[in-house]
Amino acid sequence: MVEQLPAIVVLAPMFASLVVILVGLRWRSWCYPLTLAGLAATLAAAVGLVGRVYREGVIDYFMGGWETPLGIGIQLRVDALNALVLVTIATVALIVGVYSFRREVDVKAPAKTAPFYTLFLLLVTGLCGITVTADAFNLFVLLEVTSLTSYGLIAMGSSKRGKLAAFNYVIMGTIGASFILLGTGYLYIRTGTLNMVGIREVIVAQDLYGSTTIVVAFILMMVGVFIKMAFFPLYGWLPNAYSYCPSTSSCILAPLMTKVSIYIMIRMMLGIFGAEYVFQEHATTIVVWLAVMAIVAGSLLALAQVELKKMLCYLIVAEVGYMVGGAWLANHWGMVGALYHIVSDAIMTLCLFLGASILWSRLKARRIDDLSGAFRKMPWTMAGFVVGGLAMIGVPPTCGFFSKWFLIRGGMESGRWEYVVALLVSSLVNAVLFFRIFEIAYFGKKPAEGHDDSHGEESVERVGAPWTSTVALWVAAVLVVLVGVFNGEIAAFFARGLEGMAIVGSAGGGN
Amino acid sequence: MGFLTEYVIPHFNFWIYVILLMIGLYAMITKNNLIKKLIGMSIFQTAIILFYVSLAAKEGARIPILTGDVLYAEKKLHAVVEEGGGKEAVGPQITQISQIEASAVAEDEEEEEVGEELLSYGKNFGEELDEGAVGHDHLGLIDPDAYANPLPHVLMLTAIVVGVATLGVGLAIVQMIYREYGTIEEKEILEKVKEGEGKYG
Amino acid sequence: MPVEVIYSWVPVWACLASLLAVVPIVWFGKRGMVNAREGATLVAGVVKFALVLSMLPLVRGGKVVECTLVEIAPGLALAFRVDGLGMLFALVASSLWIVTSVYAAGYMRGLKEHAQTRFAAFFAVSLSATLGVAFSANLLTMYVFYEMLSLATFPLVTHHQDKEARTGGRTYLSYLLGTSIGFALPAMIFTYVKSGGNLDFSVMGVLAGHVGHGEALVLLLLFVFGFAKAGLMPFHSWLPGAMVAPTPVSALLHAVAVVKVGVFCVIRVVTGIFGIDFLKEMDLGIVVSWIAAFTVVVSSLIALSQDSLKRRLAFSTVGQLGYIVLGVSFLTPYGVTGSMLHIAMHAFGKITLFYCAGAIFVACGKKYVSELSGLGRSMPFTMGAFTIGALSVIGFPPTGGFLSKLYLLLGAAQTGHFSLVVVYVISTVLNAAYFFPIFYIAFFGKDSGAPRKLQEAPPACVVPLCLTAVGSVLLFFFPDVLLGLAESMLPPGEQP
Repeated sequence: MVEQLPAIVVLAPMFASLVVILVGLRWRSWCYPLTLAGLAATLAAAVGLVGRVYREGVIDYFMGGWETPLGIGIQLRVDALNALVLVTIATVALIVGVYSFRREVDVKAPAKTAPFYTLFLLLVTGLCGITVTADAFNLFVLLEVTSLTSYGLIAMGSSKRGKLAAFNYVIMGTIGASFILLGTGYLYIRTGTLNMVGIREVIVAQDLYGSTTIVVAFILMMVGVFIKMAFFPLYGWLPNAYSYCPSTSSCILAPLMTKVSIYIMIRMMLGIFGAEYVFQEHATTIVVWLAVMAIVAGSLLALAQVELKKMLCYLIVAEVGYMVGGAWLANHWGMVGALYHIVSDAIMTLCLFLGASILWSRLKARRIDDLSGAFRKMPWTMAGFVVGGLAMIGVPPTCGFFSKWFLIRGGMESGRWEYVVALLVSSLVNAVLFFRIFEIAYFGKKPAEGHDDSHGEESVERVGAPWTSTVALWVAAVLVVLVGVFNGEIAAFFARGLEGMAIVGSAGGGN
Repeated sequence: MGFLTEYVIPHFNFWIYVILLMIGLYAMITKNNLIKKLIGMSIFQTAIILFYVSLAAKEGARIPILTGDVLYAEKKLHAVVEEGGGKEAVGPQITQISQIEASAVAEDEEEEEVGEELLSYGKNFGEELDEGAVGHDHLGLIDPDAYANPLPHVLMLTAIVVGVATLGVGLAIVQMIYREYGTIEEKEILEKVKEGEGKYG
Repeated sequence: MPVEVIYSWVPVWACLASLLAVVPIVWFGKRGMVNAREGATLVAGVVKFALVLSMLPLVRGGKVVECTLVEIAPGLALAFRVDGLGMLFALVASSLWIVTSVYAAGYMRGLKEHAQTRFAAFFAVSLSATLGVAFSANLLTMYVFYEMLSLATFPLVTHHQDKEARTGGRTYLSYLLGTSIGFALPAMIFTYVKSGGNLDFSVMGVLAGHVGHGEALVLLLLFVFGFAKAGLMPFHSWLPGAMVAPTPVSALLHAVAVVKVGVFCVIRVVTGIFGIDFLKEMDLGIVVSWIAAFTVVVSSLIALSQDSLKRRLAFSTVGQLGYIVLGVSFLTPYGVTGSMLHIAMHAFGKITLFYCAGAIFVACGKKYVSELSGLGRSMPFTMGAFTIGALSVIGFPPTGGFLSKLYLLLGAAQTGHFSLVVVYVISTVLNAAYFFPIFYIAFFGKDSGAPRKLQEAPPACVVPLCLTAVGSVLLFFFPDVLLGLAESMLPPGEQP
């Protein structure tokens, strides 16, 4: 059983999806518990994998026992880089699963419940698959599994604009995936294998660093993954797609899709091409500057938004800049920061999107202005939302603070001051953004002109939320703090995965 | 001219796929009609499939399917070599067997070519083995160069499936858009979106 | 001489006492048991003070109390360490909280304010954060509590939830968060990178030998402006803005906790991170001196022109905070001791003044200096206490303020910069200039036609202000404890 964990983590949600569509079409009420069971199994497998990686190091798993020399085996690989990403995916999925009880789709279009949960589980399958696979072509296939399900999840809602957004997403997503496929083809031409480990070995053994084919492959794959993660300036599809979809969909897509794409990028950089190849002076300079622009543009565009979810979406664009920039600092702490931020950003984005979704569904608050007086109406929901907001600003001891700590440290050590400044500016903009929201929710849209005795005494109806939603939000909020408090352990775990990589400033110095 | 002979003609497959790719990309980005965008997407994906398939193509190569005879001959040769254990007699024996097998293969007209190959291979290998130029482990009738590489084809079967699925989802979404907006022209849809601004959903 | 270290959880409990009190406060508050709620606050205050006091003998004996909670970043822990300076500040803050909680109960009920439970709860949280800052063992812990204090005080500052409160709250947070994220955070991480992963406060500092002159200067400026709670110009305007808060908040937070946390952080950074010797070697103290001197003089001038009593007090606070930063920037034994002392002396003086402003507002709704004419006759206790508080802030014997100013003046003389001595003299004159008119017109001014009978605020308001006024005087006669604590922070062999 323990040997099969890498397969189980992918297969558990897949089988659950099959069962859900078979059973759920007939008995709708079974969808929810079955989904939760499947996701819980995934989480258990992911946690088990972390334990194994902690004890044994890298785990290589060959589907059906077909080992690589034959060239057709499907290899899965779990190591310190992706074990925690798996746990993050499974955790977020489970929390959103809990939240999904009687949400938009279930209420407005009961017939779609079973297909919805099936897509949901398939999405998780794809995300886990992307994370564990060690095969470049399977990466493409699983990426498309993820994308196809997410197109469905986005288009499923009742929003008209959601459909148009989904269509644009289809086009952009396909372009991105196709670039990755093309890049894989070029790698295959030159190295004759599709296995990531194999490609890396051939590149090193034959000293292919100067090869034009490899350069083309590298650029194609990077552009592809940049589109997938909505990196500046290729972010146009994201805000509409994530803000006009059903709330459950946005809660699962927003935290995970971009973050898993970041993971793919890091895996490609380190696992296929190798740090010594990737981190060349001009390449890092270009990407870090793009990241700086992503951070600044994302933050400024977020400032301009009047709708809550759209604002959060632009913040995702900025956060993607954080992680890409961190990874491309060519510095140990930058890379650790990027990896740590994958976990922490997933959790805090989840917290914010859950909060925004609950506020939207209970108070009909889509615009920030609609939140007037939300602290009185829904104190618990707002409190959870505040935790997420503080994490976004980077207030200790939430996880957002420590992401910034690592990333800024990496930026300083590698002398990329423009990146450091961008991070700080974005923190300040986040502070403005969230306190604008808190202010409206706290003071109301039109606060009293003067201070007299009668103020604030008008009774306000408390608006309740289903307990499943509140529990989900609060679990996320607690995780935001826990991920922050245990940042040392998490960072140390990621650092194990970076051992032996040619990255400047290893864990040894100035710990 | 130098450019043409040096870069374009030997790699004409690359040029064709790149041109197709660009056509597809152009349609996806500039076309106003959503269906035309999807057509562009299909061209885009097909170009990549063409690229992969052209990688596998080789001049004079066969489809990578082994017939029963060749496999049988190979097995027999293996058996002889293993029995002979590297002794001198093995060389002529291999030559003999390969002759027999070759003639058996040659009965089928279509396989004539293979039979000849087999014969010459057996002869060469036997002689080389006797001279000590090669070892036993070099035995192998199946010459990879004679066959097209199957892997890209396999990959593309998957990619085609993915492409069809994407197209299906795309078309379904276009259908939904048509139902909601009554048009599939992007400009008109955007105008309607603008009109409806403020009325969410 | 190695310092004897005692491991104990007492500092953690002292810090948590008020945080834990939030539970009963909210519980009682929800059920309308107002007296029980106030009782809970009071009990927590006493417990807190007792816990702080229990560590006093140890610290006076030259020992330090330490406690490490969790490793919060690689090589960095959330850790507590109680030394002389922390003890001094904790004593002041926790003792004044008890007084303030009585005053706050009287004030809030007197004005029938809304959301009193929320007020009491966040007040308690703020106090926890303050003690957290006082007992921090390293820069990161201090930063964590510093941010916690900024956020916990926001609902207090904006308590009225009206337009004015919103504006004040905006200024408050944008200055405090903006500077701490924009300046202090990068400075801290840069220190961490440069010092080889060490942020612990130590007498020798952690930066010596790791940074050059230019880097040290930039870091120093980032820290000094980054802790904007210290109110150095040009990052001072949050303080007058925060005067929209109810008076107990202004009193405790903006005369004691918040602003003193700011200068406390500056002192910590100067003495613990840079190290006095290192700064002397780099000759950087003078840069901060001039910024602080500018703040002192300009804010005193602005205070002169303010008619709103609370705003006048706020600008006076900005000036007095400048004194403290100025003192520590001398890098001389007298200067540093004087700064630390002034934290305590000014706290008692200024809290008295704010209490009086609040009491006046409760009793007769007056907010402006020009309205106070003749008030000394109807509110003799309040105005008497006001006079004592003002004398202390000016630095007039026999009040505590005289002692700390004396030390500061000696410190200035030790630097050899005559101009800095002049700054103190000028500012003292200005202090007198903006305070004397107040009690002059209160006692000798023309009657505003108000009835001549005694019209004091409720006893819950008047008793505390008398207590702190008496405290100011007592500190003049019995400064030994505080002086000892402050002097224990100096490098060995440099006692003044």
